[in-house]
Amino acid sequence: MIGHRAILPLSRDPASRFLPWLIAFMVWLAGLALAGAMQIQTTSDAWVKGVAGRLTMQVVPAADESAEALEARIGRALALLRETPGVARAEAMPKEAAAALLEPWLGKSALVEELPVPRMIDVVLEDGAPMDTRALGARIAAQVPGTSLEDHGLWLANLVTLAGAIQAIAFAIVGLIALAAVATVVFATKTGLAIHHEVVELLHLIGARDGFVAREFQGHAFRLGLKGGVGGFVLVAATVAVVVYLAGRVEAGLLPPIALGLAQWAALAGLAIAVALIAMITARLTVMRALARMP
Amino acid sequence: MAEDQDVVRFQNVGMRYGLGPEVLHDISFRLPKGSFHFLTGPSGAGKSSLLRLMYLAQRPSRGLVTLFGNDIATARRGALPDIRRRIGVVFQDFRLIDTMTAMENVAMPLRIAGASEAQVKEHVPELLRWVGLEDQIDARPPTLSGGQKQRVAIARAVIARPALLLADEPTGNVDAEIALRLMRLLEELNKIGTTVVVATHSEPLVARFKHRRLHLDAGELTALPGGGAQAGMA
Ligand SMILES: Nc1ncnc2c1ncn2[C@@H]1O[C@H](COP(=O)(O)OP(=O)(O)OP(=O)(O)O)[C@@H](O)[C@H]1O
Ligand SMILES: [Mg+2]
Repeated sequence: MIGHRAILPLSRDPASRFLPWLIAFMVWLAGLALAGAMQIQTTSDAWVKGVAGRLTMQVVPAADESAEALEARIGRALALLRETPGVARAEAMPKEAAAALLEPWLGKSALVEELPVPRMIDVVLEDGAPMDTRALGARIAAQVPGTSLEDHGLWLANLVTLAGAIQAIAFAIVGLIALAAVATVVFATKTGLAIHHEVVELLHLIGARDGFVAREFQGHAFRLGLKGGVGGFVLVAATVAVVVYLAGRVEAGLLPPIALGLAQWAALAGLAIAVALIAMITARLTVMRALARMP
Repeated sequence: MAEDQDVVRFQNVGMRYGLGPEVLHDISFRLPKGSFHFLTGPSGAGKSSLLRLMYLAQRPSRGLVTLFGNDIATARRGALPDIRRRIGVVFQDFRLIDTMTAMENVAMPLRIAGASEAQVKEHVPELLRWVGLEDQIDARPPTLSGGQKQRVAIARAVIARPALLLADEPTGNVDAEIALRLMRLLEELNKIGTTVVVATHSEPLVARFKHRRLHLDAGELTALPGGGAQAGMA
């Protein structure tokens, strides 16, 4: 590194050729896991933001109920909801909206018109208003039979748990890859020590401090790590670009929006720096341990 | 001479390589500051092994080794590089770095000690001229003859003006004239205070330079064959 001219011709070792490739591959895998974890975070944030403070009331048509009777029940439920403190808005979704939701599965057919599709009421709560949704649902169901109030919190909580679990797995993958990178660098450094054993011993015998010898290896490992890290980052960037492009061609609505923000790109670039530092520190510790065994 | 003037002191030192047999037995001697000794003995007697103990490539398996007043068994590990920097070694097998020029090989001890580039540029070519290698300054060891390599090795051993110089067969590969020249270089260093030990097979060399002598036979310091005087016995 700076102020330290290379003594050992480490760049001619076989490890110098394969290590950047291995590290690039590892950074690519870790980068994809990390990008996935970050994308899931974005999506789950969007879900939480989109449905927090919203409730949905379902009004299920009874058998042989006339359209007028159903509309009347909807009207009564709306009235009850609107006079509840803490409810900002309550709107019945038109019948077509429910049909439209089913369209991707059932197609546009008259059949949908005939189906006793439950009707939805979209309820928006006032910001920060405390609301016992279970009690509210029970109260309205008592007065307007066939209604049920759905709190998105429940399925949202499950989704958030799922997202968290997937993220935990992704981070575990990144951690395991970091361990694999450490093992690879330990192996490469030990090989280097074996190849250059005579020169290392000579340096030791003529009074080089352990840190002096370690600097040879750690500087070299840092450069190899950075090379591999940058290569891996380029692979990650290319892969993410392809995924974003393909996701953009999928019909809107089926997929949450896929994109990485600046901070997330910075985190991925940080991976390249991190792997270089990991390589450097690992090489240093490996050499220091080997030298400590010398007389 | 007072004991604290001893550069090297061995007391009942034994040494073995790994789990092998003991190759040095009960070695006791001392080297006063500024002394010059030949280390003689038949091949396999343990000359290189004794030198290895002195330049800290090997630890004794028993006994006490003291260098510059430091008991090396109890010295802090962090203190050992400083002790090693005061010792110049000419290895029997030279141990030059093949990928570096003669200039860079000789400069190594200076760089390790943190000398400036100006010091390196001043002293290294001068010393290489002294050992007759002014034309090989930029040559790499694989292109040098055995005798030329030996001279590079000697230059590297003395460049940092060591207090103790250990030379293992330093004249084994050179002709008589260069051998004398190299011996005179070692004597110059000795005159300015360097303690010198030269391991050699060459009886003519020993006969020509009147220095004291340590004689090893089968791993033991012995009286000289023929009852010659042996100096330095503790
Ligand atoms: N690295 C080693 N491992 C095990 N045994 C060794 C090692 N080096 C030397 N020996 C053994 O130690 C003994 C002394 O060897 P040493 O090299 O010290 O002799 P020497 O006097 O220097 O011989 P020469 O004059 O041939 O250089 C020999 O029996 C040798 O086999
Ligand atoms: Mg020998």
